[in-house]
Amino acid sequence: MTALVEIKDLQVHFPIVRGVVFDRVVGHVKAVDGVTLSVPRGKTYGLVGESGCGKTTLGRALLRLVEPTGGSVLFDGNDLTSLSPPALRGMRRRMQMIFQDPLSSLDPRQNVESILTEGLAAHGIGADRAERRDIVCETLDAVGLPRWALSRYPHEFSGGQRQRIGIARAIVLHPDLIVADEPVSALDVSIQAQVLNLLAKLQAERELTYLVIAHDLAVVRHISDVVGVMYLGALVEEASSTELYQRPLHPYTKALMSAVPVPDPLVEERRERILLSGDLPSPANPPSGCRFRTRCPWAQERCAQERPELRVLAEGHTVACHFAEEIENG
Amino acid sequence: MALLEVEDLGVTFHADRDVRAVDGVSFAVDAGKVVGLVGESGCGKSVTSLALIGLLPNQNTKRVRVDGSAKFDGLDLLRADRRTLRDIRGREIAMIFQDPLSSLNPVVPIGVQVAEVLIRHRGIGKHEAERRSAELLDRVGIPDPRRRLKEYPHQLSGGMRQRALIAMAVACRPRLLIADEPTTALDVTIQAQILELLKELVREDGTALIMITHDLGVVAGLCDSVNVLYAGRVVESAGRHELFAHPTHPYTVGLLNSIPRLDALRGEELTPIRGSVRDVLAWSAGCAFAPRCDRAIETCLTGPPSLEGTNHSFRCVNPEVVP
Ligand SMILES: Nc1ncnc2c1ncn2[C@@H]1O[C@H](COP(=O)(O)OP(=O)(O)OP(=O)(O)O)[C@@H](O)[C@H]1O
Ligand SMILES: Nc1ncnc2c1ncn2[C@@H]1O[C@H](COP(=O)(O)OP(=O)(O)O)[C@@H](O)[C@H]1O
Ligand code: SF4
Ligand code: SF4
Ligand SMILES: [Mg+2]
Ligand SMILES: [Mg+2]
Repeated sequence: MTALVEIKDLQVHFPIVRGVVFDRVVGHVKAVDGVTLSVPRGKTYGLVGESGCGKTTLGRALLRLVEPTGGSVLFDGNDLTSLSPPALRGMRRRMQMIFQDPLSSLDPRQNVESILTEGLAAHGIGADRAERRDIVCETLDAVGLPRWALSRYPHEFSGGQRQRIGIARAIVLHPDLIVADEPVSALDVSIQAQVLNLLAKLQAERELTYLVIAHDLAVVRHISDVVGVMYLGALVEEASSTELYQRPLHPYTKALMSAVPVPDPLVEERRERILLSGDLPSPANPPSGCRFRTRCPWAQERCAQERPELRVLAEGHTVACHFAEEIENG
Repeated sequence: MALLEVEDLGVTFHADRDVRAVDGVSFAVDAGKVVGLVGESGCGKSVTSLALIGLLPNQNTKRVRVDGSAKFDGLDLLRADRRTLRDIRGREIAMIFQDPLSSLNPVVPIGVQVAEVLIRHRGIGKHEAERRSAELLDRVGIPDPRRRLKEYPHQLSGGMRQRALIAMAVACRPRLLIADEPTTALDVTIQAQILELLKELVREDGTALIMITHDLGVVAGLCDSVNVLYAGRVVESAGRHELFAHPTHPYTVGLLNSIPRLDALRGEELTPIRGSVRDVLAWSAGCAFAPRCDRAIETCLTGPPSLEGTNHSFRCVNPEVVP
């Protein structure tokens, strides 16, 4: 088996509750609405999409930090959605998370040593303090932080260094999977590049599998082997990183691709923009049929009636659009 | 003469320790042109723009010292009295900020806020102002403007709010628009819409635009000329094509090598700049970028390098390529 994670028809619907005396469920936010994808072992799956499309919720549901309302998640062959709490706790060591804002995800009252040792103690790794300290020091080296960092507190570090602490906390337990939610979007570009290189280095050294969630298509494409494009709770296209760039097939992917600024005036002048009109519809009340149809320049009648399923159009390349072939052939 | 000529602008915050946030910045903006100020967080972009329009916190008190000059159509904005400045702001110079929510009044409908600008600066009546407000919202691409006029800021999406703010900013057809990271908080597809809108304003109304951003991609698509800032000083300045074709200052080169490009081949390596902006040297001691610079030589630590060159200028004693 080559996939470490297999997500099948995953759903996370949040109830919208309203009421004066008694709370009443008046609807659902379909944050994740039927996503199927698999993350190959030792590879990086990049999930890209605009704010509110459900990326974070998908990542959290995968780790069962939020309860899925439907579907299943197989992690190394185990169905996480039906695992008992103790069994899940054991599995947690193997799946770690990196967050966007390192400062708010690190306890300001804990020094770095205590942040990094906490997980080790909880999972009973390392025989004694000395052994744990060795593991922690080796982890610091791996993420490029100096030893003196051990006794310092998160606020004493720069944004990039804090993200290194967050990464150290994630890898110290030697997990198999890391879900990184916007790991570089709060960082300046020069620091962003340092962290992206670090993630690549750690993956090579430790055979890590990544699910990287980000809104920046250039970042996602840079570090991912496979990219999934999400829109309003569902995948609209999936392809290898190279294929997606060379041959985007879904109208949304095309628009996204054409909107990403490239730091080269010649490219910027030549490129054709597909400007989308309007905003993302609310996930509480998604459009019928194809969810992208309210902004799609190619939308037709059928798009309002029938929800397009993901179809395989080339090897490893799937698209959810009724008219992908016609659009590609002009 | 340019519409705005900023000469040697400096801003010092006097606190426990003096912070020289902006340190001798000069640039000029012509009507119908877009000038970019680009750099990483803390390099002084926002302080520069706020100082120009007199909106720095505690500006004109002992706690902040602003030096240099900023001549707008001949009038020095840094020396103008409060009333003159208030008059100019909104009517001749307008500003758009990164976070539109903080610059809109949460308890007043959008339409009233846009109309107020027109009434105050244009002296037109309420009815006329309302009609014009709807036109403005329509122009900035807000669908169903009549209905939207009655809505409050929290009822609009981020992109919609930014458009409402742009509508207010351009209501009086300002001659200069200062946009401080106007699209940073927005999704790329919305960013593309807003950038297109700004381009249109510059093209059709001849508005001069100062575009402040950390994104060199945005600069590449929008700005006629670019000023790269580091630690409060311009370290490189050139026309758009020239800057990207012949980046010369090691910091500019470092930034360009740090950005994952959408059109790059997969697996192409990023070469980040080492360290962080915290590893900074005081300009008085030498080049502030020296602690992070791979090309640093002894001369870099003997004093501040000066800005050399006319059309393409750079502040470096050992540049990558000589333009
Ligand atoms: N606990 C919750 N209760 C109700 N709705 C929620 C909850 N968490 C998320 N949502 C909604 O689910 C949708 C998806 O949110 P999510 O945070 O997954 O988006 P995202 O793609 O990560 O966006 P961003 O790029 O802004 O981080 C949004 O409409 C959000 O408002
Ligand atoms: N009101 C203030 N008091 C003291 N220091 C300030 C103030 N505003 C900004 N600074 C400092 O000035 C420098 C430049 O800030 P700013 O212009 O906001 O940067 P940016 O380029 O990210 O917009 C930073 O070091 C910042 O901490
Ligand atoms: S199915 Fe229709 S609306 Fe959806 S992306 Fe394809 S053409 Fe556009
Ligand atoms: S002056 Fe010296 S330290 Fe500064 S950028 Fe140039 S080479 Fe680097
Ligand atoms: Mg998120
Ligand atoms: Mg700023």
